[in-house]
Amino acid sequence: MDFSIILENLNVYFDGLQNTLILVSVSLIVGLIFAIPLAVLRTSKNIVINGPIWAFTYFFRGTPLLVQMFLIYYGTGQFDFIKDSFFWIFFKEAYFCALFAFSLNTCAYTTEIIRGAIENTPHGEVEAAKAAGMSMLLRIRRIILPSAFRRALPSYGNEIIFMLHGSSLASVITIIDITGAARKINSTYYSPYEAFLTAAVFYLCITFLIIWLVKRLEYSWSGHLRRD
Amino acid sequence: MKKLLISLIALSFILTAGNVFAKDWKKIRVGVEGAYPPFSFVTPEGELAGFDIEIAKAVVKAAGAEIELVTSDYDGIIPALLAKKFDCIIASLSITEKRKKKVAFTDKYYNTPAKFVQKKGMIATYSKDAIKGKTIGVQRATIHEDFIRDNFGKDVTIKSYGTQDEVYLDMQSGRLDMLFADSVAATEGFLMKAEGKNFEFIGPDFTDPKWFGTGVGIAIRKADTDLVDALNAGIAKIRADGTYKKIQDKYFDFNVYGD
Repeated sequence: MDFSIILENLNVYFDGLQNTLILVSVSLIVGLIFAIPLAVLRTSKNIVINGPIWAFTYFFRGTPLLVQMFLIYYGTGQFDFIKDSFFWIFFKEAYFCALFAFSLNTCAYTTEIIRGAIENTPHGEVEAAKAAGMSMLLRIRRIILPSAFRRALPSYGNEIIFMLHGSSLASVITIIDITGAARKINSTYYSPYEAFLTAAVFYLCITFLIIWLVKRLEYSWSGHLRRD
Repeated sequence: MKKLLISLIALSFILTAGNVFAKDWKKIRVGVEGAYPPFSFVTPEGELAGFDIEIAKAVVKAAGAEIELVTSDYDGIIPALLAKKFDCIIASLSITEKRKKKVAFTDKYYNTPAKFVQKKGMIATYSKDAIKGKTIGVQRATIHEDFIRDNFGKDVTIKSYGTQDEVYLDMQSGRLDMLFADSVAATEGFLMKAEGKNFEFIGPDFTDPKWFGTGVGIAIRKADTDLVDALNAGIAKIRADGTYKKIQDKYFDFNVYGD
């Protein structure tokens, strides 16, 4: 075991860390922004509204992220009508393809997490809002969504961690994230143990940070339920 | 139950001990890649085929052993050898000083130069300046990656792929300006196929032993010196008895062994 090669190449890992953090945070934000309205619409009883969103979440939750990424990265490169179109500027970049795949994937999961939380809203809360004369939109904004977010937070915390781990797949489409850095070190020094153990430590630290942040958020969002 | 457990554990010890100490090489497990045409690829029927594969079968047979082919990702193939997933690597692995620090090599079994590939007519003549700023695709953990990193690292964007086939895919899609690879692999695996018709070689043959080594050999764990001798004898035998030429002629119309 020789960890001096890791110390000498720590900058490779920090470059990778930067890419991982950007990929994960951007796709989580984009995914969440789209997931909120989609989740509300998904609870609709109208199949024309509900159906397509169901199909979207079913596809992205029902197929592996790696397959989705290959479809988007190598799939788009196969068709001339995409390559000749304006969109190629984006799909040409591995970075964009990864962001695109990750955003869609996390959006699908987040939609279902929030939908579940919305459907579990206690009836009393909704009825009270109705009795107070709130319109549907106001009800969603003031009562249903805040209450749903509170309930969704623990599972959303998991989704953040899954997304972090899923982002390691970016390394297969040439992006040097933390895993990509480990692969690079491994292929240069043929030392898989040192290379991937270091990557594992990086992921553990980020995961620890995520768990801590989500815990804090849970605490501050549940103020009205605390007895102290 | 407890007795059974103990005897099972004892049995497993005997079996693994047998594996570790059996050094008469009745069976040689060969690590191959399977995604590097024409040297190593999987046929539509799902069989491993190619120059490396046939050489592997011939050399192991000439060494008087049975063969078991094990596929491995290229960027993990040396670590896998060291972890004893197989006994030797026959996967177009060039004999370089860097790799010699980790593994032992047999004599070469072929030697071909490396070259750049570009879209037809992109640059007229090759020079270091002409390829400045280009995006170049290489396979990860290869001599080609090392060469580009060490010589052009600051001037070009390097993209590393798990397999050579993925490099060809991205060359075709236009994400890469150039690729750098073994000339024979690029000819047979890309340029001669329909997908490669808009692309061409550019620039000289690269053979500097510092990066490209002294040809392609079979890699073996350093401890297994007897296996090096056995495989060297195998290579010499198939070179002498015409088996090598037969396999070569099946894949190439030139001398792939070099001088």
